[in-house]
Amino acid sequence: MSLLNWIDSRFPLTETWNKHIAEYYAPKNFNFFYFFGSLAMLCLVLQIVTGIFLTMHYKPDAEMAFASVEYIMRDVPGGWFIRYMHSTGASMFFIVIYLHMFRGLIYGSFKGPRELVWLIGMLIYLALMAEAFMGYLLPWGQMSFWGAQVIINLFNTIPYIGDVVSTTIRGDFVISDPTLNRFFAFHVVAVPLILVGLVFVHIVALHTVGSNNPDGVEIKKLKDEKGIPLDGIAFHPYYTVKDIVGVVVFLIVFFFIVFFMPEGGGYFIEHANFEPANALKTPEHIAPVWYFTPFYTVLRAVPDPWYGTLAMFAAIAVLFVLPWLDKNPIKSVRYRNKAHLINLAWFSVTFIVLGVLGVMAVTDGLKELGTRGTQIYFLFFAVTYVHSRPRQVNYLMWFVILLVSVLFWDLLRYDSSFTDNQSSLFWQMLLIPVAYLATTLLLPHFVGAANEEKEVPTRVTG
Amino acid sequence: MADTGVDKKRRRFLIGATSAVGAVGVGAIAIPFIGSLTPSARALAAGAPVEVDISKLESGAMISIEWQGKVVFVVNRTSDMLSKLPSIVPQLKDPKSELSLQPEYVDKESRSREAEILVMLGKCTHLGCAPQYRPEVAPADLGADWQGGFYCPCHGSRFDLAGRVFKGAPAGTNMEIPPYYFISDSLLLIGENGVAA
Repeated sequence: MSLLNWIDSRFPLTETWNKHIAEYYAPKNFNFFYFFGSLAMLCLVLQIVTGIFLTMHYKPDAEMAFASVEYIMRDVPGGWFIRYMHSTGASMFFIVIYLHMFRGLIYGSFKGPRELVWLIGMLIYLALMAEAFMGYLLPWGQMSFWGAQVIINLFNTIPYIGDVVSTTIRGDFVISDPTLNRFFAFHVVAVPLILVGLVFVHIVALHTVGSNNPDGVEIKKLKDEKGIPLDGIAFHPYYTVKDIVGVVVFLIVFFFIVFFMPEGGGYFIEHANFEPANALKTPEHIAPVWYFTPFYTVLRAVPDPWYGTLAMFAAIAVLFVLPWLDKNPIKSVRYRNKAHLINLAWFSVTFIVLGVLGVMAVTDGLKELGTRGTQIYFLFFAVTYVHSRPRQVNYLMWFVILLVSVLFWDLLRYDSSFTDNQSSLFWQMLLIPVAYLATTLLLPHFVGAANEEKEVPTRVTG
Repeated sequence: MADTGVDKKRRRFLIGATSAVGAVGVGAIAIPFIGSLTPSARALAAGAPVEVDISKLESGAMISIEWQGKVVFVVNRTSDMLSKLPSIVPQLKDPKSELSLQPEYVDKESRSREAEILVMLGKCTHLGCAPQYRPEVAPADLGADWQGGFYCPCHGSRFDLAGRVFKGAPAGTNMEIPPYYFISDSLLLIGENGVAA
């Protein structure tokens, strides 16, 4: 122990260990959804380690990149294994992050005093999307090339300066060697540094305010004589052991994919990416990797390119302000009214539907459905705001306001050149936002039981 | 005096002045870094004009040329194709190419210097995919109304045989025409306007 004493008088080792692990008291009622924070950390470590080893063999050069990836796959001992862990890890990272964010959404973990935890988490999500997007260019396959083409051209739609911005991103007039080279630099150095820094800040902020839980009860309010929360248990050994179970299950799924379906059915690695990038030939069907597709559908739902780009970024930006939209003092969905539960269900289904639509080719029906889904996506945030004060709010007024705004959007996009099929789809699917607003606003107005909130207990349950 | 108290006004001024000079310094040092991201001399040099021999281009056929790393379509349109152009005007977003990009010497409706030869960037004005050349009339996948034109596989934008966009397409403007001129009847130079035509 003298070595530890020696260190402790020079560096707060024991103090840090206790503060963040051994004496960090977390609520005792964590459930399934609380695995995903530690799993996200595991994914980050996996990506960094596999990434470092891939960097030892990969060549960030437009002439050599595709061949160097094939070289890793065929000639480097275990290279295929490391690369498939990296490509599978990217998709699994997003699955974990989406579930982690969903947890925050249903249990109100983004609300005070955890607004900063949510904001930092959203920054991590943004950095992760940038990281994944730039990493996807590196294999220099057809989908790498054309996916990047579509995304970089989004910046082209900015009025006046769009051309300069996209040329500066590419370092050329087209996607070419300089683009690949700089994406490599960002992907392996700049963004990972930012990510690790943000994750550190995310955890420091979390440990300052303490973890939320499925009941949304603040455990710090009730403490025993030693100052330990009555409903808290030490992170170590209780949650370290619990998280190991999660890690084991996660790794079983993870390695099943790595060994038996490393392309993830063409969703983790798209089939067109087994062909080298060719600037003269666009693949038949371009779809981004699945984790971007909900936002891609939002982009496609707005015909004007610049407004479409704005809508796509707005769909991400609106998540940042969630803590200031949902001002209901009850955190967890368990004690909110039924209308809130219905609202969350609509949002979850919409997000998945938008994601599925984003990988499919556009037809009249799917395009209309994508537009309606986009409307629900944005309406969710307005309805969430309305549900902040379920007893006082005038549901009927808000129903009219939101319905009128949907109709106003529809008026703007209704085109006299619509074919019969397009206009009949337009009218049929108008039912979707109407049904959404009816179930989330009219239902709690007319059915008292759907508007009733339950009393939040002072202690956690279960 | 310094030993009798703190002159807060002077301290604030010094903090403000130091911060301002520091901010200017950070701004200045950012210039070379952002500058390094813009196209290099080599990338700029790659933008030289390209010569195309069209003597072997059959009537109704298309070739793709690479210029500045972009795809340029060169189509030798038949008189039948040209005769259909005026009839589709009601279905087009910008039939007279008022919102679209093309050199001023190009005819705004046939969108070419010499009616038959269409020279056009093979880049959808929506998000930059390469549209497919689909000259056939009424193919199964594009519908009975299709009179020949360009179809973008990414988001389904449709263009006629002069690169003009149809209503209802996600693309907003007609396909772009690059600068070009005829050196001789069978030789084309893409990337320069040439002497006044």
